[in-house]
Amino acid sequence: MRGTRWFSALLVAALALALVFLILPVAAIFLNTSPAKLLSSLNDPSATEALRLSLECSVIAVTIIVIVGTPAAYLLATRSFPGKSLAVTFVELPLVLPPAVAGIGLLAALGPEGILGGLVKDAGVQLVFTTAGVIVALTFVAAPFYIRQAQAAFATTDRNLLDASRTLGAGEARTWLRIAIPAARHGMAAGLALSFGRALGEFGATLMFAGSFQGVTQTAPLAIYQRFSTDFTGALALSAVLVAVSAALLLGVKLVSGVSLLTGASR
Amino acid sequence: MKLRVSVVALAVCAAIVSGCGSSSGSSTGSSGTPTLTVSAATSLTDAFTAYGKQFDEAKARFSFAGSDQLAAQIQQGARPDVYAAANTKLPDQLYSKGLIEKPVVFATNTLVLAVPASGSKIASLADLAKPGVKIAAGAPSVPVGTYTLKVLSGLPAAERKAIEGNIVSSEPDVGGVVGKVAEGAADAGFVYITDVKASGGKLKALTIPASLNPTAAYGVAVVKGAKHEQQAQSFVNGLLNGAGHQQLQKAGFGVPPQ
Repeated sequence: MRGTRWFSALLVAALALALVFLILPVAAIFLNTSPAKLLSSLNDPSATEALRLSLECSVIAVTIIVIVGTPAAYLLATRSFPGKSLAVTFVELPLVLPPAVAGIGLLAALGPEGILGGLVKDAGVQLVFTTAGVIVALTFVAAPFYIRQAQAAFATTDRNLLDASRTLGAGEARTWLRIAIPAARHGMAAGLALSFGRALGEFGATLMFAGSFQGVTQTAPLAIYQRFSTDFTGALALSAVLVAVSAALLLGVKLVSGVSLLTGASR
Repeated sequence: MKLRVSVVALAVCAAIVSGCGSSSGSSTGSSGTPTLTVSAATSLTDAFTAYGKQFDEAKARFSFAGSDQLAAQIQQGARPDVYAAANTKLPDQLYSKGLIEKPVVFATNTLVLAVPASGSKIASLADLAKPGVKIAAGAPSVPVGTYTLKVLSGLPAAERKAIEGNIVSSEPDVGGVVGKVAEGAADAGFVYITDVKASGGKLKALTIPASLNPTAAYGVAVVKGAKHEQQAQSFVNGLLNGAGHQQLQKAGFGVPPQ
């Protein structure tokens, strides 16, 4: 009994420490200056422009990720094929890659002097220094968050449901659309939110691959970095908005689907 | 029971926090040589790194970034031992706020137009005004960006407007500008002559007419409350007259007007 009590105390202490450490910087963003000052520095058009750009690019990136990632995740979850574990590893790799590595990799691949640079140029597309480049960078870093969650959700779907659907005459595609996706929707939503959050916060890959220009490639995180030296309150204000959006995202998914974001597991 | 648990929790928290606090206060290496922290402008990277290897009074540890970012860190309470900026405005501001000792000019640099060493379609400043040219520049808050705007303000209004319209990225430090040109992402970029010299032949410098005053003066100072004030002062002295001075010259910096 006595041993158990000490152990409980240790667990509580660890959680308390973790909470203080994790909450303090987030709280400080709101407590460092008055709410009025925070709000008024959001009136700056360059701030609203950065936020708008961040939201737009993240929405487009996540849309691309969902359209391509959902069938890809379904394949990974339901079939086995040679090289599958290699494919899964490559899907997961951007999760652990430093953003600067992602940025330099994108430049080396799709930049004007990259291995596919000529192809990109011939297609009449310009990525570096354009909003399209920002979307490419966001898609690269955010895609694994969605694909992995969706894959896990599809993998835990009851096979009997899918088999029953097919027995009743629904084709594979129809079964996927009408049975598998609805059954996996909670996990997919969690992946979507994580993916969106990652896209919203992207900094390094965007700066290296797309550059930083107000209204074109300067997303909110880049604007925060820019303001750090000249306008600390403005940097705090933008940060506060990003905290609010991210928190709303987390809460929204939890309330709607009752799913814990990272594990995809129902409570 | 519940109360006791939380008391223990608090005690453990306090112990861990205070433990961390005391261990981070020491910056003396195990060998006894102190570690000197130097916050320096990105453009000083090569010269300072070489000087740091020769500096034997302390182990020099560098933090290279845009001068404005480093100044903001100091304003937010960071305490390096030495602050070296790519202008005199930022050190003067920190000095007037009582955060650093009186700054001195220790080097000068020249703004140039960097283009890829071969196959560049840019041959002069005037070419920058052509439609479709992609120019990388420093953000207005970083010294290299300020110098760029100053140079451009000396041009005829129409030309200035056309060039400013061709700027596609405002990089947070000069390293970003160099990278964008070296990677072929941008056609040209405004950087310092020393950056072109350090690029290992990847870049070529197009000079900017002296009438546009492309000269940059670099200021350095010991930070107030520096942990190793004596070593910090000799680091600064070496920049003015010693190994640091030689490394600066080797990197292509100008000698300060004394």
